[in-house]
Amino acid sequence: MLSAIDRAQTLAIREDFPILKRQVHGKPLVYLDSGASSQKPAAVLEAMERYYRTSHANVNRGVYVLSEEATEAMEQARLKVARFIKAKSARQIIFTRNTTEAINLVAYSWGSANIRADDTILLTEMEHHANLVPWQLLAGRTGARLEFVPVTPEGRLDQAGYTRLLEQTRPKLVAFTAMSNVLGTITPAKQMIAQAHAAGALVLLDGAQSVPHLPTDVQDLDCDFLVFSGHKMLGPTGIGVLYGRRELLEAMPPFLAGGDMIREVHLRSATWNSLPYKFEAGTPAIAESVGLGAAVDYLTALGMDAVHEHERALVSYALERLGAVEGLTIYGPGAIERGGVVSFTLGDIHAHDLAQVLDSEGICVRAGHHCAQPLMEKLDVPATARASFYIYNLPEEVDALAQALEQAKTIFAL
Amino acid sequence: MQDYYREVILDHYRHPRNAGVLDPADIHTADSNPLCGDKVELFLRFDTDGRVSAVSFTGRGCAISQASASLLTEMIEGKTPEELKQLGKDDILDALGLENISPARMKCAMLSMRVLHHALGDDDWFRLEDEE
Repeated sequence: MLSAIDRAQTLAIREDFPILKRQVHGKPLVYLDSGASSQKPAAVLEAMERYYRTSHANVNRGVYVLSEEATEAMEQARLKVARFIKAKSARQIIFTRNTTEAINLVAYSWGSANIRADDTILLTEMEHHANLVPWQLLAGRTGARLEFVPVTPEGRLDQAGYTRLLEQTRPKLVAFTAMSNVLGTITPAKQMIAQAHAAGALVLLDGAQSVPHLPTDVQDLDCDFLVFSGHKMLGPTGIGVLYGRRELLEAMPPFLAGGDMIREVHLRSATWNSLPYKFEAGTPAIAESVGLGAAVDYLTALGMDAVHEHERALVSYALERLGAVEGLTIYGPGAIERGGVVSFTLGDIHAHDLAQVLDSEGICVRAGHHCAQPLMEKLDVPATARASFYIYNLPEEVDALAQALEQAKTIFAL
Repeated sequence: MQDYYREVILDHYRHPRNAGVLDPADIHTADSNPLCGDKVELFLRFDTDGRVSAVSFTGRGCAISQASASLLTEMIEGKTPEELKQLGKDDILDALGLENISPARMKCAMLSMRVLHHALGDDDWFRLEDEE
């Protein structure tokens, strides 16, 4: 299990991440919160800085060389992202600010044109607020209904419940996460998408946790929309992606309006630009797209299968090591069905107090409801602590976490 | 690096003072931090001189929020509403034995103080707090 971790390679990877040399409270930084945001390799930082130092101009497809270079830099990044998820065309890659904005785009643009009163949108009980609240607003605006696939006590989606709900509610859209940010559960996305299509529904897949950690092939998955964020996959903040089926995107009205997304503008009317620009109003996050392109290069060089294997080995080790800490409760399924995310509680110690003690040892974990309050309610815990792993984490960081948890037990006299 | 979990906090967390429901109570308010699920409910009774004659609290949440509430109840007894309104952020921090506190935990520490000021109809208190 631990043999799957190539220690030499992981150490070499760590050298690429300047921030990992930091100390916190006099202790080495143990960063276990990549699920919230990942750290950045020097290659990403350098790509962005190089862009600003040598090639920056606005991307209005201007006539002068700098503008051409800037446009080229961004379109190169777009193409890299398309290849990374095996999209047929870069025109299907729309740059947004993040996953949340991408979902809002679909909810407004596709939703307003396609959802009517008494239509059903099928979600799940384990969704992040970003894949929940925009649909609540859409339902409120249109009179549509929301239904939810239940979560089982083991932290899986209730597949029998899913089948039943598809049949009974005949939803227009199914939206669910490819990997839970709380439980780490990897959902059977391809199968669920096929079922949804057979029942006449479109599917939006939330890839915020999965795209950075698992190989992604949108043609194989056959999802209608896929959303994810750059900052969770070694890229900068401020850039995310909406992938959509060509015909769907062509038919959708714009989301934000203004410059760049138009073709002709008169005083009282305008026509829209072609894909993807129809959905990219105003000056885009050009340097950020370049950073995302560099992040894609870095991950591609490692190979997403290798990334996944590394995390699988780490999370197996973590489940075993943390499972041995008396009084610790781990939420979610076993290692096989799980990405590199482990949520836990320790006795009756509040998650915030736990995270505070871990912080004093230089260990970064997230504590709270992880933007999934309905899931917390279903699990019947007010908050959990969450450790999430990525390519730069080592087994001894799991050991450090386990030791710090024992310390917390002593402090709180558990 | 300061040690958050010193004796006074753990003591008040494990053995909260004035814990429980006061019935009857002249004032009874509650508030919570939705972000972390901390909740504090405060009960006050005044005597004929207008001073606090009895105080209690119930709650659930992290050590900082619950210890602060317990420490606050010890400060409250015998005071008039005017004197209570004078209580502020530094009184809680002094009682907790912390010089300062990260913004994330400040909300936990100030929860009970917010409840107190809201009970006194002094809602401006926590608006100022946000601006700081």
